[in-house]
Amino acid sequence: MTLAFATPLHELFPNIDDWGELGHACIDTLLMLGGSLALTVLIGLPLGVLLYLTGRGQIREMPKLYGLLSLIVNILRSIPFIILMIVLMPLTHILVGTKLGIRGAIPPLVIGAAPFFARLVETALREVERGVIEASQAMGATTWQIVRHVLLPEARPGIIAGVTVTAIALVAYTAMGGAIGAGGLGDLAYRYGYLSYKSDYMVVTVFLLIVLVQLLQMIGDRVVAHFSQR
Amino acid sequence: MIRFVDVHKSYRVDGKDIPALEPFSLDIADGEVFGIIGHSGAGKSTLIRLINLLERPSGGRILIGDVELTALGDAALRAQRRHIGMIFQHFNLLSSQTVADNIAFPMRLAGERDPTAIRRRVDELLERVGLTVHADKFPSQLSGGQKQRVGIARALANHPSILLCDEATSALDPQTTASVLELLGQINRDLKLTIVLITHEMDVVRRVCDRVAVLDAGRIVEHGEVADVFLHPQHETTRRFVDEALPEEAAGGTSLYAQVPGRILRLSFRGEATWSPTLGRVTRETGVDFNILAGRIDRIKDLPYGQLTLAMQGAGIDQALSSLRAAGIDVEEIAR
Repeated sequence: MTLAFATPLHELFPNIDDWGELGHACIDTLLMLGGSLALTVLIGLPLGVLLYLTGRGQIREMPKLYGLLSLIVNILRSIPFIILMIVLMPLTHILVGTKLGIRGAIPPLVIGAAPFFARLVETALREVERGVIEASQAMGATTWQIVRHVLLPEARPGIIAGVTVTAIALVAYTAMGGAIGAGGLGDLAYRYGYLSYKSDYMVVTVFLLIVLVQLLQMIGDRVVAHFSQR
Repeated sequence: MIRFVDVHKSYRVDGKDIPALEPFSLDIADGEVFGIIGHSGAGKSTLIRLINLLERPSGGRILIGDVELTALGDAALRAQRRHIGMIFQHFNLLSSQTVADNIAFPMRLAGERDPTAIRRRVDELLERVGLTVHADKFPSQLSGGQKQRVGIARALANHPSILLCDEATSALDPQTTASVLELLGQINRDLKLTIVLITHEMDVVRRVCDRVAVLDAGRIVEHGEVADVFLHPQHETTRRFVDEALPEEAAGGTSLYAQVPGRILRLSFRGEATWSPTLGRVTRETGVDFNILAGRIDRIKDLPYGQLTLAMQGAGIDQALSSLRAAGIDVEEIAR
Protein backbone atom coordinates (compact mmCIF):
# COMPACT_ATOMS: atom_id res chain seq x y z
CA MET A 1 0.00 0.00 0.00
CA THR A 2 1.41 3.37 -0.99
CA LEU A 3 -1.28 5.62 0.37
CA ALA A 4 -0.14 8.09 3.04
CA PHE A 5 -2.55 6.81 5.64
CA ALA A 6 -1.68 3.20 4.93
CA THR A 7 1.19 3.10 7.36
CA PRO A 8 -0.72 3.76 10.58
CA LEU A 9 -3.54 1.51 9.39
CA HIS A 10 -1.02 -1.17 8.63
CA GLU A 11 0.44 -0.85 12.11
CA LEU A 12 -3.00 -1.00 13.63
CA PHE A 13 -4.13 -4.05 11.67
CA PRO A 14 -0.93 -5.96 10.86
CA ASN A 15 -2.73 -9.04 9.49
CA ILE A 16 -4.69 -7.18 6.87
CA ASP A 17 -2.38 -7.25 3.90
CA ASP A 18 -4.90 -6.66 1.14
CA TRP A 19 -7.12 -3.63 1.73
CA GLY A 20 -8.35 -3.96 -1.84
CA GLU A 21 -9.95 -7.28 -0.98
CA LEU A 22 -11.76 -5.59 1.88
CA GLY A 23 -13.02 -2.90 -0.49
CA HIS A 24 -14.27 -5.60 -2.87
CA ALA A 25 -16.04 -7.35 -0.01
CA CYS A 26 -17.71 -4.08 0.89
CA ILE A 27 -18.97 -3.60 -2.65
CA ASP A 28 -20.14 -7.23 -2.77
CA THR A 29 -22.12 -6.75 0.43
CA LEU A 30 -23.67 -3.56 -0.92
CA LEU A 31 -24.57 -5.29 -4.20
CA MET A 32 -26.17 -8.23 -2.39
CA LEU A 33 -28.02 -5.85 -0.14
CA GLY A 34 -29.21 -3.61 -2.96
CA GLY A 35 -30.26 -6.46 -5.24
CA SER A 36 -32.01 -8.48 -2.56
CA LEU A 37 -33.70 -5.43 -1.01
CA ALA A 38 -35.11 -4.33 -4.37
CA LEU A 39 -36.49 -7.81 -5.09
CA THR A 40 -37.75 -8.21 -1.52
CA VAL A 41 -39.77 -5.00 -1.80
CA LEU A 42 -40.97 -5.97 -5.26
CA ILE A 43 -42.31 -9.31 -4.00
CA GLY A 44 -43.08 -8.43 -0.38
CA LEU A 45 -45.12 -5.30 -1.04
CA PRO A 46 -47.81 -6.97 -3.19
CA LEU A 47 -47.77 -9.97 -0.86
CA GLY A 48 -48.32 -7.68 2.13
CA VAL A 49 -51.16 -5.90 0.35
CA LEU A 50 -52.74 -9.26 -0.49
CA LEU A 51 -52.41 -10.40 3.13
CA TYR A 52 -54.06 -7.19 4.27
CA LEU A 53 -56.92 -7.23 1.76
CA THR A 54 -57.84 -10.88 2.29
CA GLY A 55 -57.59 -10.64 6.09
CA ARG A 56 -60.53 -10.99 8.42
CA GLY A 57 -62.99 -8.10 8.18
CA GLN A 58 -61.11 -6.42 5.33
CA ILE A 59 -62.52 -5.26 2.02
CA ARG A 60 -61.60 -8.44 0.11
CA GLU A 61 -61.93 -10.92 2.94
CA MET A 62 -60.96 -14.44 1.77
CA PRO A 63 -60.28 -16.64 4.78
CA LYS A 64 -58.91 -19.62 2.82
CA LEU A 65 -56.46 -17.63 0.70
CA TYR A 66 -55.39 -15.62 3.73
CA GLY A 67 -54.84 -18.80 5.74
CA LEU A 68 -52.71 -20.31 2.98
CA LEU A 69 -50.59 -17.18 2.45
CA SER A 70 -50.21 -16.74 6.16
CA LEU A 71 -49.01 -20.33 6.57
CA ILE A 72 -46.40 -19.99 3.80
CA VAL A 73 -45.15 -16.73 5.28
CA ASN A 74 -44.91 -18.24 8.74
CA ILE A 75 -43.03 -21.32 7.49
CA LEU A 76 -40.47 -19.23 5.62
CA ARG A 77 -40.04 -16.94 8.60
CA SER A 78 -39.54 -19.76 11.07
CA ILE A 79 -36.59 -21.37 9.24
CA PRO A 80 -33.22 -19.96 10.35
CA PHE A 81 -31.66 -18.14 7.44
CA ILE A 82 -28.54 -20.27 7.22
CA ILE A 83 -30.67 -23.42 6.96
CA LEU A 84 -32.94 -21.77 4.41
CA MET A 85 -29.89 -21.00 2.30
CA ILE A 86 -28.75 -24.61 2.30
CA VAL A 87 -32.21 -26.01 1.68
CA LEU A 88 -32.75 -23.64 -1.21
CA MET A 89 -29.46 -24.44 -2.97
CA PRO A 90 -30.99 -26.61 -5.71
CA LEU A 91 -33.64 -23.99 -6.38
CA THR A 92 -31.01 -21.26 -6.37
CA HIS A 93 -29.03 -23.18 -8.96
CA ILE A 94 -32.07 -23.45 -11.21
CA LEU A 95 -32.93 -19.76 -10.80
CA VAL A 96 -29.53 -18.10 -11.27
CA GLY A 97 -27.25 -20.90 -12.49
CA THR A 98 -24.95 -20.87 -9.47
CA LYS A 99 -25.11 -21.52 -5.76
CA LEU A 100 -22.20 -19.20 -4.96
CA GLY A 101 -21.31 -15.55 -4.95
CA ILE A 102 -23.58 -12.55 -5.07
CA ARG A 103 -25.96 -14.09 -7.58
CA GLY A 104 -26.21 -17.31 -5.60
CA ALA A 105 -26.99 -15.36 -2.43
CA ILE A 106 -29.82 -13.27 -3.77
CA PRO A 107 -32.59 -15.91 -4.14
CA PRO A 108 -32.35 -17.17 -0.54
CA LEU A 109 -32.01 -13.60 0.75
CA VAL A 110 -35.19 -12.60 -1.05
CA ILE A 111 -37.10 -15.73 -0.08
CA GLY A 112 -36.03 -15.20 3.52
CA ALA A 113 -36.77 -11.49 3.69
CA ALA A 114 -39.87 -11.05 1.49
CA PRO A 115 -42.29 -12.83 3.91
CA PHE A 116 -40.85 -10.80 6.77
CA PHE A 117 -41.33 -7.57 4.85
CA ALA A 118 -44.82 -8.63 3.75
CA ARG A 119 -45.87 -8.93 7.41
CA LEU A 120 -44.49 -5.48 8.13
CA VAL A 121 -46.47 -4.12 5.17
CA GLU A 122 -49.63 -5.87 6.39
CA THR A 123 -49.19 -4.36 9.85
CA ALA A 124 -48.56 -0.88 8.43
CA LEU A 125 -51.69 -1.11 6.26
CA ARG A 126 -53.81 -2.13 9.23
CA GLU A 127 -52.91 1.20 10.82
CA VAL A 128 -54.80 3.04 8.08
CA GLU A 129 -58.11 4.26 9.47
CA ARG A 130 -61.12 2.16 8.46
CA GLY A 131 -63.13 5.33 7.98
CA VAL A 132 -60.85 6.58 5.22
CA ILE A 133 -61.32 3.33 3.32
CA GLU A 134 -65.07 3.49 3.86
CA ALA A 135 -65.11 7.07 2.59
CA SER A 136 -63.30 5.95 -0.57
CA GLN A 137 -65.79 3.14 -1.09
CA ALA A 138 -68.60 5.65 -0.68
CA MET A 139 -66.97 7.70 -3.45
CA GLY A 140 -67.12 4.71 -5.77
CA ALA A 141 -63.44 3.72 -5.63
CA THR A 142 -62.42 0.29 -6.93
CA THR A 143 -60.28 -1.98 -4.75
CA TRP A 144 -57.28 -1.16 -6.94
CA GLN A 145 -57.91 2.59 -6.55
CA ILE A 146 -58.16 2.15 -2.79
CA VAL A 147 -54.84 0.30 -2.71
CA ARG A 148 -53.09 2.70 -5.04
CA HIS A 149 -54.48 6.04 -3.85
CA VAL A 150 -55.49 5.43 -0.23
CA LEU A 151 -53.75 2.49 1.45
CA LEU A 152 -50.23 2.87 0.08
CA PRO A 153 -49.94 6.67 0.45
CA GLU A 154 -51.56 6.66 3.90
CA ALA A 155 -49.33 3.83 5.14
CA ARG A 156 -46.19 5.17 3.47
CA PRO A 157 -44.27 6.13 6.64
CA GLY A 158 -44.96 2.70 8.14
CA ILE A 159 -43.96 0.90 4.95
CA ILE A 160 -40.72 2.88 4.67
CA ALA A 161 -39.91 2.06 8.29
CA GLY A 162 -40.52 -1.58 7.31
CA VAL A 163 -38.07 -1.26 4.41
CA THR A 164 -35.44 0.04 6.85
CA VAL A 165 -35.95 -2.83 9.28
CA THR A 166 -35.84 -5.31 6.40
CA ALA A 167 -32.66 -3.77 4.95
CA ILE A 168 -30.94 -4.14 8.30
CA ALA A 169 -32.13 -7.73 8.63
CA LEU A 170 -30.71 -8.34 5.14
CA VAL A 171 -27.30 -6.99 6.24
CA ALA A 172 -27.26 -9.65 8.93
CA TYR A 173 -28.39 -12.31 6.43
CA THR A 174 -25.67 -11.36 3.91
CA ALA A 175 -23.04 -11.64 6.62
CA MET A 176 -24.38 -15.10 7.51
CA GLY A 177 -24.44 -16.02 3.84
CA GLY A 178 -20.71 -15.35 3.77
CA ALA A 179 -20.16 -18.51 5.74
CA ILE A 180 -21.39 -20.67 2.90
CA GLY A 181 -19.77 -18.97 -0.02
CA ALA A 182 -21.84 -15.87 -0.70
CA GLY A 183 -18.85 -13.51 -0.46
CA GLY A 184 -18.91 -10.02 0.99
CA LEU A 185 -17.89 -8.77 4.43
CA GLY A 186 -19.34 -11.78 6.23
CA ASP A 187 -17.20 -14.07 4.13
CA LEU A 188 -14.02 -12.17 5.09
CA ALA A 189 -14.93 -12.09 8.75
CA TYR A 190 -15.60 -15.82 8.71
CA ARG A 191 -12.64 -17.00 6.61
CA TYR A 192 -9.90 -14.70 7.90
CA GLY A 193 -11.28 -13.52 11.19
CA TYR A 194 -12.62 -16.84 12.45
CA LEU A 195 -10.96 -19.70 10.54
CA SER A 196 -7.49 -18.05 10.29
CA TYR A 197 -7.48 -16.31 13.68
CA LYS A 198 -6.80 -12.90 12.09
CA SER A 199 -8.94 -11.04 14.57
CA ASP A 200 -8.21 -7.64 13.06
CA TYR A 201 -10.23 -8.72 10.01
CA MET A 202 -13.06 -9.42 12.38
CA VAL A 203 -12.78 -5.99 13.98
CA VAL A 204 -12.72 -4.12 10.67
CA THR A 205 -15.57 -6.04 9.07
CA VAL A 206 -17.77 -5.74 12.14
CA PHE A 207 -16.99 -2.03 12.26
CA LEU A 208 -17.98 -1.64 8.61
CA LEU A 209 -21.20 -3.58 9.19
CA ILE A 210 -22.06 -1.32 12.12
CA VAL A 211 -21.45 1.76 9.98
CA LEU A 212 -23.67 0.29 7.26
CA VAL A 213 -26.53 -0.48 9.64
CA GLN A 214 -26.22 2.95 11.23
CA LEU A 215 -26.38 4.61 7.82
CA LEU A 216 -29.41 2.58 6.75
CA GLN A 217 -31.27 3.45 9.94
CA MET A 218 -30.44 7.14 9.58
CA ILE A 219 -31.57 7.31 5.97
CA GLY A 220 -34.73 5.37 6.79
CA ASP A 221 -35.61 7.64 9.69
CA ARG A 222 -35.04 10.74 7.56
CA VAL A 223 -37.35 9.50 4.82
CA VAL A 224 -40.05 8.50 7.33
CA ALA A 225 -39.80 11.93 8.97
CA HIS A 226 -40.10 13.59 5.57
CA PHE A 227 -43.37 11.79 4.84
CA SER A 228 -44.72 12.22 8.35
CA GLN A 229 -44.54 16.02 8.41
CA ARG A 230 -48.27 16.17 7.97
CA MET B 1 -86.53 10.32 -4.42
CA ILE B 2 -84.89 7.78 -2.17
CA ARG B 3 -87.24 4.89 -1.60
CA PHE B 4 -86.93 2.01 0.84
CA VAL B 5 -89.36 -0.82 0.13
CA ASP B 6 -89.77 -3.47 2.84
CA VAL B 7 -86.10 -3.16 3.72
CA HIS B 8 -84.67 -5.02 6.66
CA LYS B 9 -81.20 -5.80 7.86
CA SER B 10 -79.71 -8.28 10.25
CA TYR B 11 -76.16 -9.23 11.03
CA ARG B 12 -74.95 -12.78 11.29
CA VAL B 13 -72.97 -13.23 14.48
CA ASP B 14 -71.76 -16.69 15.48
CA GLY B 15 -74.34 -18.35 13.24
CA LYS B 16 -77.23 -16.35 14.67
CA ASP B 17 -79.09 -13.53 12.95
CA ILE B 18 -79.11 -10.39 15.04
CA PRO B 19 -81.69 -7.94 13.71
CA ALA B 20 -80.38 -4.42 13.22
CA LEU B 21 -83.29 -2.89 11.35
CA GLU B 22 -86.80 -4.29 11.34
CA PRO B 23 -88.71 -4.20 8.05
CA PHE B 24 -89.62 -0.68 7.03
CA SER B 25 -90.63 1.37 4.02
CA LEU B 26 -89.74 5.02 3.72
CA ASP B 27 -89.65 7.70 1.04
CA ILE B 28 -87.28 10.64 1.14
CA ALA B 29 -88.27 13.40 -1.28
CA ASP B 30 -85.91 15.22 -3.64
CA GLY B 31 -84.48 18.40 -2.17
CA GLU B 32 -85.55 17.83 1.41
CA VAL B 33 -83.38 17.63 4.49
CA PHE B 34 -84.33 14.38 6.17
CA GLY B 35 -83.15 13.64 9.68
CA ILE B 36 -82.87 10.26 11.32
CA ILE B 37 -82.55 10.51 15.06
CA GLY B 38 -81.83 7.73 17.49
CA HIS B 39 -79.62 6.69 20.35
CA SER B 40 -76.39 4.85 19.65
CA GLY B 41 -77.15 1.28 18.67
CA ALA B 42 -80.62 2.18 17.36
CA GLY B 43 -79.51 1.33 13.80
CA LYS B 44 -79.25 4.81 12.33
CA SER B 45 -75.70 4.26 11.17
CA THR B 46 -76.81 1.11 9.35
CA LEU B 47 -79.81 2.89 7.88
CA ILE B 48 -77.82 5.71 6.32
CA ARG B 49 -75.30 3.24 4.89
CA LEU B 50 -78.08 1.42 3.12
CA ILE B 51 -78.55 4.45 0.89
CA ASN B 52 -75.17 3.96 -0.81
CA LEU B 53 -75.09 0.25 -0.07
CA LEU B 54 -72.03 0.44 2.15
CA GLU B 55 -74.35 -1.91 4.04
CA ARG B 56 -76.37 -4.40 2.00
CA PRO B 57 -79.93 -5.00 3.19
CA SER B 58 -80.87 -8.54 4.16
CA GLY B 59 -84.08 -8.07 2.21
CA GLY B 60 -86.16 -5.47 0.41
CA ARG B 61 -85.37 -2.96 -2.31
CA ILE B 62 -83.68 0.43 -2.26
CA LEU B 63 -84.29 2.83 -5.13
CA ILE B 64 -82.84 6.21 -5.99
CA GLY B 65 -85.06 7.79 -8.61
CA ASP B 66 -85.76 4.98 -11.06
CA VAL B 67 -82.57 3.09 -10.30
CA GLU B 68 -82.88 0.07 -8.10
CA LEU B 69 -79.55 0.09 -6.27
CA THR B 70 -80.06 -3.33 -4.79
CA ALA B 71 -80.22 -4.81 -8.30
CA LEU B 72 -76.99 -3.27 -9.59
CA GLY B 73 -73.69 -4.99 -10.28
CA ASP B 74 -70.43 -3.74 -8.75
CA ALA B 75 -69.42 -1.37 -11.56
CA ALA B 76 -72.89 0.15 -11.91
CA LEU B 77 -73.10 0.58 -8.14
CA ARG B 78 -69.76 2.41 -8.08
CA ALA B 79 -71.03 4.72 -10.81
CA GLN B 80 -74.15 5.44 -8.73
CA ARG B 81 -72.10 6.09 -5.60
CA ARG B 82 -70.35 8.93 -7.40
CA HIS B 83 -73.68 10.79 -7.31
CA ILE B 84 -74.05 10.31 -3.58
CA GLY B 85 -71.77 12.41 -1.41
CA MET B 86 -71.07 11.40 2.17
CA ILE B 87 -69.54 13.13 5.17
CA PHE B 88 -68.50 11.50 8.41
CA GLN B 89 -68.25 12.13 12.12
CA HIS B 90 -64.47 11.74 12.06
CA PHE B 91 -64.13 13.42 8.65
CA ASN B 92 -62.12 10.53 7.13
CA LEU B 93 -59.78 12.72 5.10
CA LEU B 94 -56.58 11.46 3.52
CA SER B 95 -53.88 12.60 5.94
CA SER B 96 -51.17 12.30 3.28
CA GLN B 97 -52.92 14.69 0.88
CA THR B 98 -53.44 18.44 0.96
CA VAL B 99 -56.87 20.02 1.34
CA ALA B 100 -57.00 20.66 -2.43
CA ASP B 101 -55.99 17.07 -3.24
CA ASN B 102 -58.54 15.68 -0.80
CA ILE B 103 -61.26 17.65 -2.56
CA ALA B 104 -59.98 16.60 -5.98
CA PHE B 105 -59.84 12.95 -4.92
CA PRO B 106 -63.38 11.89 -5.92
CA MET B 107 -62.93 13.61 -9.29
CA ARG B 108 -59.72 11.70 -9.92
CA LEU B 109 -61.43 8.47 -8.86
CA ALA B 110 -64.14 9.21 -11.40
CA GLY B 111 -61.49 9.47 -14.11
CA GLU B 112 -61.13 13.25 -14.44
CA ARG B 113 -57.59 13.86 -15.74
CA ASP B 114 -57.66 17.48 -16.84
CA PRO B 115 -55.72 19.45 -14.19
CA THR B 116 -57.32 22.78 -15.10
CA ALA B 117 -60.84 21.36 -14.78
CA ILE B 118 -59.90 19.85 -11.41
CA ARG B 119 -58.27 23.06 -10.24
CA ARG B 120 -61.29 25.14 -11.27
CA ARG B 121 -63.75 22.87 -9.47
CA VAL B 122 -61.57 22.68 -6.35
CA ASP B 123 -61.30 26.48 -6.20
CA GLU B 124 -65.06 26.78 -6.57
CA LEU B 125 -65.65 24.30 -3.72
CA LEU B 126 -63.01 25.88 -1.47
CA GLU B 127 -64.77 29.17 -1.88
CA ARG B 128 -68.17 27.65 -1.11
CA VAL B 129 -66.92 26.18 2.17
CA GLY B 130 -64.76 29.19 3.01
CA LEU B 131 -61.35 27.47 2.98
CA THR B 132 -59.66 29.14 0.01
CA VAL B 133 -56.59 30.17 2.02
CA HIS B 134 -56.11 26.65 3.37
CA ALA B 135 -55.88 24.88 -0.03
CA ASP B 136 -52.29 23.70 0.42
CA LYS B 137 -52.47 22.69 4.08
CA PHE B 138 -52.69 19.14 5.34
CA PRO B 139 -55.72 17.97 7.35
CA SER B 140 -53.67 17.73 10.56
CA GLN B 141 -53.16 21.50 10.38
CA LEU B 142 -56.90 22.21 10.44
CA SER B 143 -59.49 22.49 13.21
CA GLY B 144 -62.40 20.03 13.43
CA GLY B 145 -64.83 22.44 11.82
CA GLN B 146 -62.41 23.13 8.97
CA LYS B 147 -61.87 19.40 8.44
CA GLN B 148 -65.61 18.88 8.16
CA ARG B 149 -65.77 21.70 5.62
CA VAL B 150 -63.12 19.88 3.58
CA GLY B 151 -65.28 16.76 3.94
CA ILE B 152 -68.29 18.68 2.63
CA ALA B 153 -66.34 20.14 -0.30
CA ARG B 154 -65.04 16.67 -1.15
CA ALA B 155 -68.54 15.20 -0.98
CA LEU B 156 -69.79 17.85 -3.41
CA ALA B 157 -66.95 17.49 -5.92
CA ASN B 158 -68.77 15.24 -8.38
CA HIS B 159 -72.04 17.22 -8.30
CA PRO B 160 -74.01 14.69 -6.28
CA SER B 161 -77.78 14.81 -5.98
CA ILE B 162 -77.73 13.35 -2.47
CA LEU B 163 -75.57 14.17 0.53
CA LEU B 164 -75.39 11.70 3.41
CA CYS B 165 -74.26 13.07 6.77
CA ASP B 166 -73.13 10.45 9.27
CA GLU B 167 -73.15 12.22 12.66
CA ALA B 168 -71.37 15.04 10.87
CA THR B 169 -71.45 17.43 13.80
CA SER B 170 -71.11 15.03 16.73
CA ALA B 171 -67.38 15.60 17.10
CA LEU B 172 -67.71 19.40 16.96
CA ASP B 173 -68.30 22.03 19.61
CA PRO B 174 -71.69 23.82 19.66
CA GLN B 175 -70.52 26.91 17.82
CA THR B 176 -68.80 24.94 15.07
CA THR B 177 -71.84 22.67 14.88
CA ALA B 178 -74.02 25.70 14.23
CA SER B 179 -71.79 26.95 11.43
CA VAL B 180 -71.55 23.53 9.78
CA LEU B 181 -75.34 23.12 9.98
CA GLU B 182 -75.77 26.53 8.45
CA LEU B 183 -73.46 25.55 5.61
CA LEU B 184 -75.46 22.35 5.05
CA GLY B 185 -78.71 24.35 4.97
CA GLN B 186 -77.22 26.75 2.47
CA ILE B 187 -76.02 23.92 0.23
CA ASN B 188 -79.48 22.35 0.41
CA ARG B 189 -81.09 25.61 -0.73
CA ASP B 190 -78.51 26.59 -3.37
CA LEU B 191 -77.95 23.21 -4.97
CA LYS B 192 -81.40 21.67 -4.38
CA LEU B 193 -79.51 18.75 -2.92
CA THR B 194 -81.28 16.06 -0.91
CA ILE B 195 -79.65 15.74 2.50
CA VAL B 196 -80.07 12.73 4.75
CA LEU B 197 -78.48 13.10 8.15
CA ILE B 198 -78.29 10.94 11.21
CA THR B 199 -77.80 12.39 14.66
CA HIS B 200 -78.53 11.82 18.31
CA GLU B 201 -79.22 15.49 18.93
CA MET B 202 -82.75 16.85 18.49
CA ASP B 203 -81.26 20.30 18.19
CA VAL B 204 -79.57 19.32 14.91
CA VAL B 205 -82.91 18.09 13.59
CA ARG B 206 -84.68 21.26 14.72
CA ARG B 207 -82.17 23.54 13.01
CA VAL B 208 -81.92 22.02 9.55
CA CYS B 209 -84.36 19.20 8.91
CA ASP B 210 -87.68 19.33 7.07
CA ARG B 211 -88.74 15.86 8.09
CA VAL B 212 -87.50 13.43 10.68
CA ALA B 213 -87.72 9.75 11.47
CA VAL B 214 -87.19 8.55 15.03
CA LEU B 215 -85.38 5.26 15.30
CA ASP B 216 -85.58 3.12 18.40
CA ALA B 217 -84.03 -0.33 18.68
CA GLY B 218 -84.11 -0.93 14.91
CA ARG B 219 -87.64 0.37 14.43
CA ILE B 220 -88.87 3.65 12.97
CA VAL B 221 -91.29 4.58 15.74
CA GLU B 222 -92.37 7.92 14.35
CA HIS B 223 -91.77 10.06 11.30
CA GLY B 224 -93.13 13.23 9.79
CA GLU B 225 -92.66 16.99 9.54
CA VAL B 226 -90.19 18.17 12.14
CA ALA B 227 -92.67 20.72 13.55
CA ASP B 228 -95.33 18.02 14.05
CA VAL B 229 -92.96 15.56 15.63
CA PHE B 230 -91.31 18.24 17.68
CA LEU B 231 -94.45 19.86 19.03
CA HIS B 232 -96.56 16.71 19.34
CA PRO B 233 -94.28 13.78 20.01
CA GLN B 234 -96.23 10.50 20.14
CA HIS B 235 -93.66 7.93 21.10
CA GLU B 236 -91.80 7.78 24.41
CA THR B 237 -88.38 7.88 22.70
CA THR B 238 -89.39 10.92 20.68
CA ARG B 239 -90.63 12.64 23.80
CA ARG B 240 -87.29 12.11 25.48
CA PHE B 241 -85.45 13.59 22.51
CA VAL B 242 -87.79 16.57 22.43
CA ASP B 243 -87.35 17.13 26.14
CA GLU B 244 -83.61 17.34 25.62
CA ALA B 245 -84.18 20.26 23.29
CA LEU B 246 -86.86 21.84 25.53
CA PRO B 247 -85.12 21.52 28.84
CA GLU B 248 -87.41 23.50 31.12
CA GLU B 249 -89.79 20.66 31.88
CA ALA B 250 -87.41 17.80 31.28
CA ALA B 251 -85.74 18.08 34.66
CA GLY B 252 -88.74 18.14 37.03
CA GLY B 253 -91.48 16.88 34.75
CA THR B 254 -95.03 18.19 35.07
CA SER B 255 -95.22 17.21 38.74
CA LEU B 256 -93.54 20.58 39.31
CA TYR B 257 -96.94 22.15 38.87
CA ALA B 258 -98.78 20.08 41.52
CA GLN B 259 -99.16 23.09 43.82
CA VAL B 260 -100.16 25.56 41.10
CA PRO B 261 -103.85 26.59 41.17
CA GLY B 262 -105.84 26.55 37.94
CA ARG B 263 -105.72 24.33 34.86
CA ILE B 264 -102.28 23.66 33.43
CA LEU B 265 -102.18 24.15 29.66
CA ARG B 266 -99.48 23.90 27.04
CA LEU B 267 -99.96 26.22 24.09
CA SER B 268 -98.02 25.66 20.90
CA PHE B 269 -97.82 28.42 18.32
CA ARG B 270 -96.46 27.95 14.85
CA GLY B 271 -95.51 30.28 12.07
CA GLU B 272 -97.37 33.61 11.97
CA ALA B 273 -99.38 32.75 15.10
CA THR B 274 -96.13 33.09 17.05
CA TRP B 275 -96.01 36.79 16.36
CA SER B 276 -99.68 37.79 16.89
CA PRO B 277 -101.02 38.83 20.32
CA THR B 278 -103.72 36.15 20.34
CA LEU B 279 -103.33 35.15 23.96
CA GLY B 280 -103.81 38.72 25.16
CA ARG B 281 -106.90 39.22 23.00
CA VAL B 282 -108.52 35.93 24.11
CA THR B 283 -107.94 36.52 27.81
CA ARG B 284 -109.42 40.03 27.55
CA GLU B 285 -112.45 38.73 25.72
CA THR B 286 -113.13 35.81 28.05
CA GLY B 287 -111.98 37.36 31.33
CA VAL B 288 -109.71 34.44 32.25
CA ASP B 289 -106.50 35.02 34.09
CA PHE B 290 -103.22 33.22 33.49
CA ASN B 291 -99.81 32.69 34.92
CA ILE B 292 -96.82 31.72 32.75
CA LEU B 293 -94.98 28.70 34.14
CA ALA B 294 -92.55 28.02 31.31
CA GLY B 295 -92.05 29.08 27.76
CA ARG B 296 -89.81 29.49 24.80
CA ILE B 297 -89.86 31.01 21.38
CA ASP B 298 -87.51 29.60 18.76
CA ARG B 299 -87.35 28.32 15.22
CA ILE B 300 -87.75 24.92 13.67
CA LYS B 301 -85.61 25.40 10.60
CA ASP B 302 -87.25 28.57 9.17
CA LEU B 303 -90.53 28.19 10.99
CA PRO B 304 -90.94 30.29 14.12
CA TYR B 305 -92.70 28.50 16.95
CA GLY B 306 -93.50 29.15 20.55
CA GLN B 307 -94.45 26.96 23.47
CA LEU B 308 -96.00 28.30 26.64
CA THR B 309 -97.01 26.43 29.73
CA LEU B 310 -99.75 28.34 31.56
CA ALA B 311 -101.88 27.99 34.65
CA MET B 312 -105.27 29.38 33.67
CA GLN B 313 -108.10 30.39 36.04
CA GLY B 314 -111.56 31.87 35.57
CA ALA B 315 -115.03 30.94 34.46
CA GLY B 316 -114.41 31.40 30.73
CA ILE B 317 -111.61 28.83 30.33
CA ASP B 318 -113.47 26.55 27.94
CA GLN B 319 -114.48 29.47 25.79
CA ALA B 320 -110.90 30.76 25.88
CA LEU B 321 -109.59 27.38 24.77
CA SER B 322 -111.89 27.20 21.78
CA SER B 323 -110.97 30.77 20.77
CA LEU B 324 -107.27 29.90 20.99
CA ARG B 325 -107.81 26.77 18.91
CA ALA B 326 -109.80 28.79 16.39
CA ALA B 327 -106.80 31.12 16.06
CA GLY B 328 -104.63 28.16 15.07
CA ILE B 329 -102.96 27.56 18.42
CA ASP B 330 -102.58 24.02 19.67
CA VAL B 331 -103.79 23.64 23.21
CA GLU B 332 -103.03 20.64 25.31
CA GLU B 333 -104.06 20.17 28.89
CA ILE B 334 -101.32 18.76 31.08
CA ALA B 335 -102.26 16.28 33.76
CA ARG B 336 -100.39 16.57 36.99
